[in-house]
Amino acid sequence: MSTSAPAADGPLTDDGLVQLLTPAGERVAHPEYDAWAAELDGERLRAMYRDMVLTRRFDTEATSLQRQGELALYAQCLGQEAAQIGSGHALAPQDHVFPSYREHGVALARGLEMTDLLRLFRGVDHGGWDPAAHGFHLFTLVIGSHTLHATGYAMGVQRDGLVGTGDPTRDTAVVTYFGDGATAQGDVSEALVFSSVNQAPVVLFCQNNQFAISEPTSRQSRVPLADRAPGFGVPSVRVDGNDVVATYAVTRQALERARSGGGPTFVEAFTYRMGAHTTSDDPTRYRTSEQEEHWRRRDPIERLRVHLERTGELPEVFQAQLAAESDAFGEHVRAAVRAMGHPSPHSMFEHVYATPHAVVESERAWFAQYEQSFVGPDGRTTGGHR
Amino acid sequence: MPTYQQFPLPDAGEGLTEADIVTWHVAVGDRVEVNQTIVEIETAKSLVDLPCPWTGVVTRLLVDVGQTVEVGTPIIEVDVDPGGAAPAPTAAPAAEGVRARQPHASRSSVEPGGADEVGSVRDELRTAAASDDTAGSGAVLVGYGVADGTATRRQRATAPAATSAPTTAPTTAPTSAPADTSATRPDGTAHALAKPPVRKLARDLGVDLDAVTPTGPGGIVTREDVLAHSVRAEGRELATYPGDDRPWAAGGVVSPDGRQTRVPVKSVRKRTAEAMVSSAFSAPHVTVFHTVDVTRTMKLVERLRADREFADVRVTPLLVAAKALLMAVNRRPEINASWDEATQEIVYKHYVNLGIAAATPRGLVVPNIKDAHRLDLLGLARGLGELTSTARAGRTSPADMSDGTITITNVGVFGIDTGTPILNPGEAAILAFGAIRQQPWVHKGKIKPRHVTQLALSFDHRLVDGELGSRVLADVAAVLAEPAQALVWG
Repeated sequence: MSTSAPAADGPLTDDGLVQLLTPAGERVAHPEYDAWAAELDGERLRAMYRDMVLTRRFDTEATSLQRQGELALYAQCLGQEAAQIGSGHALAPQDHVFPSYREHGVALARGLEMTDLLRLFRGVDHGGWDPAAHGFHLFTLVIGSHTLHATGYAMGVQRDGLVGTGDPTRDTAVVTYFGDGATAQGDVSEALVFSSVNQAPVVLFCQNNQFAISEPTSRQSRVPLADRAPGFGVPSVRVDGNDVVATYAVTRQALERARSGGGPTFVEAFTYRMGAHTTSDDPTRYRTSEQEEHWRRRDPIERLRVHLERTGELPEVFQAQLAAESDAFGEHVRAAVRAMGHPSPHSMFEHVYATPHAVVESERAWFAQYEQSFVGPDGRTTGGHR
Repeated sequence: MPTYQQFPLPDAGEGLTEADIVTWHVAVGDRVEVNQTIVEIETAKSLVDLPCPWTGVVTRLLVDVGQTVEVGTPIIEVDVDPGGAAPAPTAAPAAEGVRARQPHASRSSVEPGGADEVGSVRDELRTAAASDDTAGSGAVLVGYGVADGTATRRQRATAPAATSAPTTAPTTAPTSAPADTSATRPDGTAHALAKPPVRKLARDLGVDLDAVTPTGPGGIVTREDVLAHSVRAEGRELATYPGDDRPWAAGGVVSPDGRQTRVPVKSVRKRTAEAMVSSAFSAPHVTVFHTVDVTRTMKLVERLRADREFADVRVTPLLVAAKALLMAVNRRPEINASWDEATQEIVYKHYVNLGIAAATPRGLVVPNIKDAHRLDLLGLARGLGELTSTARAGRTSPADMSDGTITITNVGVFGIDTGTPILNPGEAAILAFGAIRQQPWVHKGKIKPRHVTQLALSFDHRLVDGELGSRVLADVAAVLAEPAQALVWG
């Protein structure tokens, strides 16, 4: 075996990917997954298209806001919209998502107020939303650790008897999103071990965007990432992550397996991070413009657009409405971010414990008193600007 | 109405402090839209396009291509309501935070042609290996200093030209040397290679890493290299401890040969120096002297010490001297004045804030007893006691030292006969009170051992003539010679 490092650019391999929509927008048949995609009629595909367009608009707007000094940092999901919207649309309301920090498309599909995501990136909140409200956990910046949280949550779901009842409104699956880089973390291996031995209802959804910041997947693994899971006893599948239909179908199957008590699935959605790792990163330092161009031609949104147009499912009036909605959404995001105030310092005591806690309460009281000590005789606060 | 908005340079990375302007994509007069790319900048991490936050018309570009700009500095001005009247330029461009780039003297010599110089440089940057991070653009992350003479990444691109004439002794290269010479080390790297703890050690010791001779593998500067360099070349801070015998040397740096310590002039020392210079070189000083028999004052002091009323205060000859000076001021209030150079006026004070020069652990301070003219002898004794104990404890506040009107310096406590004191700035007179000794003295026609002291009064000759100064000193002496005189002068 050659000991030289694999080529730094280009995918390890894109053979054997489940694909239902070719890069040219052509629907192709698949013996196993056609059934799982059958429910996607024109209307549902348009809904996915809309969410992908809005996700991209959110992404570019947030990137601009970072460049304008309104956000401290932002992690783009540019190019990964199909992987996120396809899987996001496959979820049931009772399912619970454990994202990393790039799953803006999944958040949109789950119905979050998107500007809440940016509270974290603006640095005015450690979280920004109620995870229970939309079944969408807080972003986790630590790589891979949340796959264990997801596994534990799934084991809880199991113990609550919410698996395998046959009631589609009760049976619950858990999905955790992570990247190719995270698969090298011990946490992800532990999540595979625990989910496997416990038959936990969890889908381990790996968006292989081919870069762990600057390190290509070819330098992270000798085998396709999905090949690792069977060693833990977890079935896996590789799907074209830029194909929203295939991603939907593969995720639907994996979720159904989880809900019915069939245990975990590892999904490797093979995609490409068209943007930078974060706004602090410069991808031109480690990848070529040829490679970027190759993937630009495989743009997931363009693929679905061509398909919808070909099948006559994309009327002009819909496109015009979507363009207007997208512009309005962009302006909404911009205005909302600029208007984000500073959080009350007292908010730090909230959500520390689920139930009242004596130490937190005494600290809260002390802090209120301390804050009060800055109020001058005229009633105005004399402390520093907050 | 035109409404002008200025776009401050954002932190495009995490914790960046500055960036270089690479290309302006807009010019004055251009219409711009929200999120339209207006400028390309280069940070320590990457090349970044900045989008415009507003729609409007560009009225000014506040920084030039090639400039290094601190985060937060306005870089462009946009009129977001260009329908209004002719633009009235707002404040001058913020020159602060903008630094001219180091000249790229040698760049044109290696760059082929100037057709698209920026572009070709950029291409070099884009293909530069990621491991070149140590040769950063000079823009730094918060918490990381940038050494003088840091070669920018762009200058780094010229290194091959400079290597043809390698510097011979990098250890002696001055840190302020032009970047293109300091950029080349024997191993061809632009900067000293060292691990973060070694970099921190170097910074703590004030050692310029680039000046250290590396001995580690691959030309790495080791901890030992830094320490050896530090001992050889750098002065070391003098270690001082509370209560040791050289408090004046605290914070000093010992010279490399160990024969001198240089201490920064700070705090009380600095204020004293400023006050003395300002006083000595603005007020023409005259000093008059008088030797006086203070035996009766000493007897009074003894009596008062036995007095119950004075049991809880310290009674000293200085107390009587202070009272004597207050009586003299009462008789000749024009001595209690100051010269106002700015308004060309003499300010006569109707109150006496009596300054007492005090030697304290922190140095010389001159607190004053406020409204001392209102105090009786007991009150004055209390005031003196308080002032002295506060000063000794080092707790004298600026308010205690402000607005003095006349001062006594008690050099006698050091066994000194007298001196020519320098005025406390803003005052017209200062009395030096010398040591009191028993001396042979002609008393009632016979030579007797008497308690004798010398008084000296320095005054500002701009507003106090020799007659006034002399009479004031004579009055002080008269009370000290015969405290009963106070009864006469009331």
